[in-house]
Amino acid sequence: MTDDVYIIGAGIHPFGRTDGRSGRDQGVVAVRQALADAGLAWPDVEFAYGGSAAAGSADIMVNELGLTSVPFINVANGCATGGSALTAARNAIAAGACDIALAVGFDKHPRGAFNAKPSDYGLPEWYGETGMMLTTQFFALKIQRYMALHGISRRTLGLVAEKAFRNGTLCDHAWRRSPVDLDTILNAPMVNDPLTKYMFCSPAEGAVALVLASARKVRELGADAVRIASVAFRTRPAGSFEVFAPSVAVNGGGKPTEVASRAAFEMAGIGPADVGVAQLQDTESGAEIMHMAENGFCADGDQEQWLAEGWSEIGGKLPINTDGGCLACGEPIGASGLRQVYENTVQLRGRGGPRQVPNAPKVGYSHVYGAPGLSAVAILER
Amino acid sequence: MSALTPIAPGLWTDEAEPRLIGARRADGEIVFPMPDGDAAALVEPVALARRGTLWSWTTQGFEPKEPYSGPQPFQPFLIGYVELPGEVIVETRIVDAAPADLTIGMPMIFAVVAFDAARSTYAFRPERQP
Repeated sequence: MTDDVYIIGAGIHPFGRTDGRSGRDQGVVAVRQALADAGLAWPDVEFAYGGSAAAGSADIMVNELGLTSVPFINVANGCATGGSALTAARNAIAAGACDIALAVGFDKHPRGAFNAKPSDYGLPEWYGETGMMLTTQFFALKIQRYMALHGISRRTLGLVAEKAFRNGTLCDHAWRRSPVDLDTILNAPMVNDPLTKYMFCSPAEGAVALVLASARKVRELGADAVRIASVAFRTRPAGSFEVFAPSVAVNGGGKPTEVASRAAFEMAGIGPADVGVAQLQDTESGAEIMHMAENGFCADGDQEQWLAEGWSEIGGKLPINTDGGCLACGEPIGASGLRQVYENTVQLRGRGGPRQVPNAPKVGYSHVYGAPGLSAVAILER
Repeated sequence: MSALTPIAPGLWTDEAEPRLIGARRADGEIVFPMPDGDAAALVEPVALARRGTLWSWTTQGFEPKEPYSGPQPFQPFLIGYVELPGEVIVETRIVDAAPADLTIGMPMIFAVVAFDAARSTYAFRPERQP
């Protein structure tokens, strides 16, 4: 195909807390690293897309990166900011508008849970006043019901978090770099039942930049390239159960993750069995469990065996969240989705060091989910 | 209870056994609460059932940030979803229960309860066998 698009450079500013450096400056660090990785300089970038949820506009970065007159489009799309920037950059190259494009996402959030404004989500004030407008409640309510319907144990929730922190110890961009044992996770203070404080990720800081190129440019540069087999970004279908929902339809319905996943697999022409490494949205332990099924990697309820057998460990049959995911890296909204794509790029290039998935994985799958019910999936192929 | 002001108008009916007010859309689906603005013209108000079953639940053990405006000092509370058969699944406070009492599928009944010293809100409580 002539419209194939590749990732040829990937950069990341370590996630966590970096006092004294703004979110955007962390973005600049990531862009410079991605350009160096691609063997390019800032004036080579022909189109740029980027943004943050809480750390300002991306296009101001030209002050630091250079006033090259590059077209730079600010992306503001909540939890899908990074995924939207990647989609737009890929499409610009696929459309023939340019040969080299940049996607960058960064963020810097205050400590503690996000506080959302009801009016931003089309909800009445009483919904927030009475204490219902918390993302953490949604994830707890969703996994509580899922556990009852599909026989998932509290221990399995704990095993997901234990794996995340163990993988984080092997990853130099992770925030949480110390292991946490299962008993500590299970016996920690409850945030929203059944989820304890070690089962939730925290808002954080960080930045990721990816340099994309056309097939022609990849050949010209002889780049160490990973092909973007598909990107799919979907909002919620009718009848789904989503964050910030005062009511849910009795008849049920689809899920944005299922819709995005099916579209991404169809566009790539492959299926879940072809995937060698996956990064799935793990806002909390239960999200990883439910997203394993929603993305087609297992049937509802099979996660109990998956976690018990270690099938989602690095070295398992499908390693999931090899850099520790949101649980170990935190969740800077604008950067989080691109972190997953960064990690898959690292894994497919065989550059994972101590966390490298064995036997040279050929397909990497990433999935981000966010308010008010949207999902973005990207599939990379080596 | 009569001294308390509802936290918002139009959430439940003013009758001896109050009911939540949902909105029936043209396609028959019921949502809660009634929408504001132009969307309100496209729906029919409908008083919802007082009895349902527990669909899911969780605890709220830490004080939410603004715009939460509950009584001080903070009192932990329970929230969940209650399925009103054939109508809609509504998000709600759960009162008169501890986590150990709650099982998905158990019968629940509607109540109007105090939110703070001045305001009332809606809730469901487990329906005790007589």
